[in-house]
Amino acid sequence: MGSFADQLLVLVMLINFVMLGSSRMALCIRAVAVQGVVLGLLPGLVHPFSWHLAGITCGIILAKGIVIPYLINDAVRKAQIRREIEPFIGYVPTLILGAIFTTLAFVFAEKLPLAPEHRELLFVPASIATLMSGFLILTTRKKAISQVIGYLVLENGIFIFGLLLTEAMPVMVEAGALLDLLVGIFVMGIVINHISREFSSIDTSRLRALKEE
Amino acid sequence: MLYLFVLLPLLGAFVAWIVPDNRYRPLVLPAVAIPHLLMAFYLAGNAPPPSPGGWIWLDPLGKIVLLCISMLFTVCAVYSVGYLAYRQERSNRVLCIGLLTCLSAMTLATMCQHLGLLWVAVETTTVTMAPLIYFNRNARSIEATWKYLLICSVGIALALLGLLFLAYSTHVAHLEATLLLSSLKASAKDLNQGWLHAAFIFLLVGYGSKMGLAPLHTWKPDAYGEAPGLVGALLAGGLVNCAFLAILRVYQLCLSSGKEIVFFQNALISLGLISMAFAAVFMAKQADFKRMLAYSSVEHVGILAIGLGLGKGALFGALFHLMNNGLTKGVLFLSSGNIHRSYGSKTTDLVRGALTRLPWSGGLFLAGFIAITGSPPFSPFISEYTIVSSAFIEGRYLVGGLFLVFLSIVFIGMALTVLPLVMGTPPADLEKSEYRDRLLTVGPPFVMMLIILFLGVWPPDALLQLLREGAALLEARP
Repeated sequence: MGSFADQLLVLVMLINFVMLGSSRMALCIRAVAVQGVVLGLLPGLVHPFSWHLAGITCGIILAKGIVIPYLINDAVRKAQIRREIEPFIGYVPTLILGAIFTTLAFVFAEKLPLAPEHRELLFVPASIATLMSGFLILTTRKKAISQVIGYLVLENGIFIFGLLLTEAMPVMVEAGALLDLLVGIFVMGIVINHISREFSSIDTSRLRALKEE
Repeated sequence: MLYLFVLLPLLGAFVAWIVPDNRYRPLVLPAVAIPHLLMAFYLAGNAPPPSPGGWIWLDPLGKIVLLCISMLFTVCAVYSVGYLAYRQERSNRVLCIGLLTCLSAMTLATMCQHLGLLWVAVETTTVTMAPLIYFNRNARSIEATWKYLLICSVGIALALLGLLFLAYSTHVAHLEATLLLSSLKASAKDLNQGWLHAAFIFLLVGYGSKMGLAPLHTWKPDAYGEAPGLVGALLAGGLVNCAFLAILRVYQLCLSSGKEIVFFQNALISLGLISMAFAAVFMAKQADFKRMLAYSSVEHVGILAIGLGLGKGALFGALFHLMNNGLTKGVLFLSSGNIHRSYGSKTTDLVRGALTRLPWSGGLFLAGFIAITGSPPFSPFISEYTIVSSAFIEGRYLVGGLFLVFLSIVFIGMALTVLPLVMGTPPADLEKSEYRDRLLTVGPPFVMMLIILFLGVWPPDALLQLLREGAALLEARP
């Protein structure tokens, strides 16, 4: 089972690159949805069956695969945007940076004091690589929607690490975390809508009235 | 009893949602806040035993934060009735619902003994505050909201990663993985040190960005500057204290591990000093008085972190300061909200001579400034003095010295903004505004100022006892 989980994690990391290299908003949203569904399948592969697990799987696929992408799509439609234009750093440099971070994640994960049963698996490097990709998207893109996608990818990275300890986190906390993420994205969607109305664009680099002189 | 305590504000939020009239809706806020305050006082005296699973329990640290939040919220709630009467042009439904939901989440945060549940509560406060910062519905406030939402969400996400590291450290140590504070503390000595350190750093950065410790404070001046005064008061006195309580919980756990406590303490002290330094630099020549208050908040979270990091006698000071800072910020934000309303501006080129135009609000703003900079006889003086003196008693001369230097720079910087604002002569060409000092907008901050004075001159024994009990929980035992 472990090897199949590893293949899925490789898929997750490849999806990171799709998002890092693409300028089309619709593609990015679809990619983040696919990533969410893949992550939802993972807990079932690494832990023995229980109702708790089934609940998590359904919850994650529903939230990350359907509801959140729907909310973002809704915001995109209302704000009428198709693509990210002129990010702070170009697509090729971001891809290269992403590749460097992914390599470093593997090197770094080797050095961590992991429990012996996790040493052979790809969970930790995939988690760090996804986290870093999320940061990269968050910091290099100008559009508010892309920043939200970056935030989601960052959360996904944290989620992969959390998979190592699904038994430890009681259902209530997981449900709460998921709900907060959902509400957070919802609020961000509303804010994006207001940004686009206020500035007739959702380019966050125009948000610069507030700074120190 | 405790569950009822969390549900009461939620019920209030529901009522606020269904009340159709914009004029009567704000009355829900005091209607919830006053019973909440009474319950908080009652519970501080007779706290029920921990819940069966051990998740919910109001310990001394929780009581201190709860009392502070409840007092501040009650004052803000009474004030809001007067304030929102001037803002009838906007619907206050979202504001009322948001404030009450946030109160519920803050109450929950004070009694969580489970770090995961605590995280959920703190994250909920973050999300519910976002629409409130955007109350004014203009380009500047949307920018502030976006920054707040993005930076705090990322910070809180990092705190979640820290929590996972913490759970993983139990897994590596072959213990049952849990996030319950009591069982974590019991097994803290066996936790894997590497993961525990990593967890502490991530949690400190995560909750620190929520609390506004420099260099993670960049959202703070914008959010505090653009939010209405009463939201600013709750951000600076309520949310900051919740995030600090989360750090206190993690710190309690790190203390129980009994190893390399100096590492944790130094991390806190250095972040605290950096915050004070940032505040001192940006406070000077700050033309916008609400942004100035934000930097003052950065300074005071720095003081809290330093007090916690110094340990021993400073712990008492830090806990007392948590309360004093929350209440004094309440006075400052509420009175600055009044001044802003009256002048229609928040920069010092236009706002001068507040004492002539608005004797009460101007006077309260001045008194709040004197209190927050740590002058006797107000209570922040006692807490700041305790922290400084214990720094010198412990032989941390560098920390104590820098602390004093930053305090005096902040004092001068703040005085340069506040004194002309309050004392000067009002500009002649000022437009008339419909705002007047009334009982409902001036009374609440005035009462709070009296409490601060009272705590400074004659602190009640019960409170001192509570603070000592709280400090004992944070004591590093070799």
